[in-house]
Amino acid sequence: MSEVHAETVPFVRGTMLPEAPPPAAERGAIHWLRANLFSGWVNTILTFVGLFVLWWLFQHFYPWFRHSVWNASSMAECRTLITERWGEGAGGGCFGLVRERWNQFLFGFYPPAEYWRPISAFWLLFLALAPVLFTESRKLRWIVVGVASVMAFALSMLMGAPDPVLICLAVGIVLWVVLIEYIPRAALIVSVIFPFLAVWLLWGGSIWGPATILAGAVLGLAVWGALSRFGALAVLAGLAVAVLWWWFLSSQAAIDLQRLLPLELPKMESRGFGGFLLAITIGVSAIVMSLPLGIILALARQSDLPIVKGFAVIFIEFIRGVPLITLLFVASLLLNYFLPPGTNFDIILRVIIMVTLFASAYMAEVIRGGLASLPRGQYEAAGALGLNYWKMQRLIILPQALKVSIPGIVGTFIGVFKDTTLVTFVGLFDPLKQLADTIRATFEWKGAYWEPYIFSGLIFFILCFSMSRYSMYLEQRLKRDHR
Amino acid sequence: MTKTVFFGAVAAAAVLGSTGAYAAEGDTLRTVKQRGELICGVNPGLVGFAAPDANGNWSGFDISLCRAIAAAVVGDPNKVRFVPTTGQTRFTALSSGEVDVLTRNSTWSFQRDTELALDFPAVNYYDGQGFLVRKDLGVTSAKELDGATVCIQTGTTTELNLADYFRANNITYQPVNIDSNAEGEQQYLAGACDAYTTDASGLAATRAAFADPENHIILPEIISKEPLAPAVRHGDNNWGDIVRWTLFALVAGEEYGVTSANVEELSKSSTNPEVQRLLGQTDNLGGMIGLDAEWAKRAIMANGNYGEIFAATIGEQTPIGLARGLNALWTQGGLMYAPPFR
Repeated sequence: MSEVHAETVPFVRGTMLPEAPPPAAERGAIHWLRANLFSGWVNTILTFVGLFVLWWLFQHFYPWFRHSVWNASSMAECRTLITERWGEGAGGGCFGLVRERWNQFLFGFYPPAEYWRPISAFWLLFLALAPVLFTESRKLRWIVVGVASVMAFALSMLMGAPDPVLICLAVGIVLWVVLIEYIPRAALIVSVIFPFLAVWLLWGGSIWGPATILAGAVLGLAVWGALSRFGALAVLAGLAVAVLWWWFLSSQAAIDLQRLLPLELPKMESRGFGGFLLAITIGVSAIVMSLPLGIILALARQSDLPIVKGFAVIFIEFIRGVPLITLLFVASLLLNYFLPPGTNFDIILRVIIMVTLFASAYMAEVIRGGLASLPRGQYEAAGALGLNYWKMQRLIILPQALKVSIPGIVGTFIGVFKDTTLVTFVGLFDPLKQLADTIRATFEWKGAYWEPYIFSGLIFFILCFSMSRYSMYLEQRLKRDHR
Repeated sequence: MTKTVFFGAVAAAAVLGSTGAYAAEGDTLRTVKQRGELICGVNPGLVGFAAPDANGNWSGFDISLCRAIAAAVVGDPNKVRFVPTTGQTRFTALSSGEVDVLTRNSTWSFQRDTELALDFPAVNYYDGQGFLVRKDLGVTSAKELDGATVCIQTGTTTELNLADYFRANNITYQPVNIDSNAEGEQQYLAGACDAYTTDASGLAATRAAFADPENHIILPEIISKEPLAPAVRHGDNNWGDIVRWTLFALVAGEEYGVTSANVEELSKSSTNPEVQRLLGQTDNLGGMIGLDAEWAKRAIMANGNYGEIFAATIGEQTPIGLARGLNALWTQGGLMYAPPFR
């Protein structure tokens, strides 16, 4: 049998065949198309529908963009230019509006001579955030810190900041960067101080105002630290000292210090804030304050203490049950009647408080979701280690819960940032509607409809998209388990 | 509509709160003088009436009145702070004391004058609601608009006027609700509505800004009275008098030929007793309202008299091109009539 077989086989291969490339239909572009776009008749139809829609959109919008005019100082001029270039009946965008009014979209009615202040505050914000947000990757931190430093300095110079300011700025930035790299703990403290600096930069006035308020907080913390063995009593004592300082001494101290060492910037009116300066000021403040508030509310809602729990539940459900616009109306209109006449309670501050409360209620629910996702064993194990409540939360529970909640937290952040445009209803100049309408109210730009929306939309997209990319980066970085 | 109800509630709360708090305080004039600055509630943007330029400097018909009041009271037309107010927040901003005076193209109506506890010292622009339609619609009168779709701004008096007018003429319409002028123009141009209705001054500006104004007409019917006036709070009559007579000083200035160019000269050399009293050479009228003798002179110097302001901001020489019409002096067939200065 085997002999016969051996004789009928003419050739036996002694080596392995080299790997052949897959057949033409299974590789390259063709395979990709077949696998992703034309696998089955439903997908094929959907592909063609999608292509048609894309083509239709392109065909409709491309000419408009192609015909758009940059160098025109009014709608009429823009229309004549388009007709000259592209013939009768051609339509196109008049982005001359953006060229002429970009500063109002970015800064509202902030005086142009002082533009360097919001600009440096904005870029220094990244220096303040770097020790918090970019601790994981040295390379990324270097990029962020480098870009922010250069931008803060170069743009301030470009906007005509006075020389002494530029020198201070340069020295400050260099010191700060050194701190971030070599003494990260000190850099964190600077990050905590930064909000006071930003307020001073944006609103101006004497630096001693924010400084003495900060001093009150430091004083309170010091008292708490000194008396820490008395537990809750120490907290109360610290709080009392801080409040007493703010109430009785801080304003007088600010005046005296100002007399000793006058350091002040021209004062700015909150009404002059507008555009993205307003949106970012409100958005960043609300975002930064709503996270800790949200954590506290979420913990309070899970607490065993009935009063704490009850308060948290009522607060969260009340705020979530009311639209943001209502809260804004309360802030801007109703509050005026409860305050004594003549009190000047800053409108932006009122709005920031309301947006923060609104965001913190949502934040609390997002974090509660994260807390609920942890198995009970984590709590029990932490308890078995003998950790007290705060240590348990700080070391075991919150790090895990917050990590799980990152997409939700950042989602809330982005939502809050976009919601800042609602301030249009209380007469502030949000970049999307109010400012656009105001610019259209000059006869030159009456009739420009899409251009302001496109410009503001683009900036919003850039900011929101970066936030969402950062959240994805953070999720990657924190992926320590192998679930 | 729920929106309107809500704003109504807010406004009602405003009234309840304000009458108590502010009738007692009263003296707006003193507050303004102390502050050294006048705070005007203005429209955040209405072509010709109020708009900031690229540097944030406001100008327009309403703005000029505000500056004239500031010149009369504080002595400097630039000592003004403009607080932009939306259609919904304007009256609460006034009654809560956030602004001293509202120069914001607000229609003087019974309910606003009484229930909202406001005073409208005098009318600075007589407006009325009209319709803008495309020429090829073939309509020449608003009465032929039966069954038409009409773009209409919600929450305004124009909305109510429209309903009244169509009901009175026994014809129907389909409302297309819009939120702002810009949106209205866009919808109208995109063909979402056959007619766009708002105040006639606004329609003229809108039409003038179109790429093809010749293809659109404003129908001859004016379906409502919209006397636009500055507004102040109830309970401070002296402040109301100041606003009223500053406006009248501008009108009288036009009547007697006092312009921003010749006011300085006339204040020295005029022999007309009325002009002498107006400009404070004789009688010291300003003292009667808590101001100095030259208040009216400064008001006219700020932006010129009523006619000059009209011509510079919305008149026929401007792109908006409004004719004087009802807003001409009474001697020229209009309604602008200043009571005697004596």
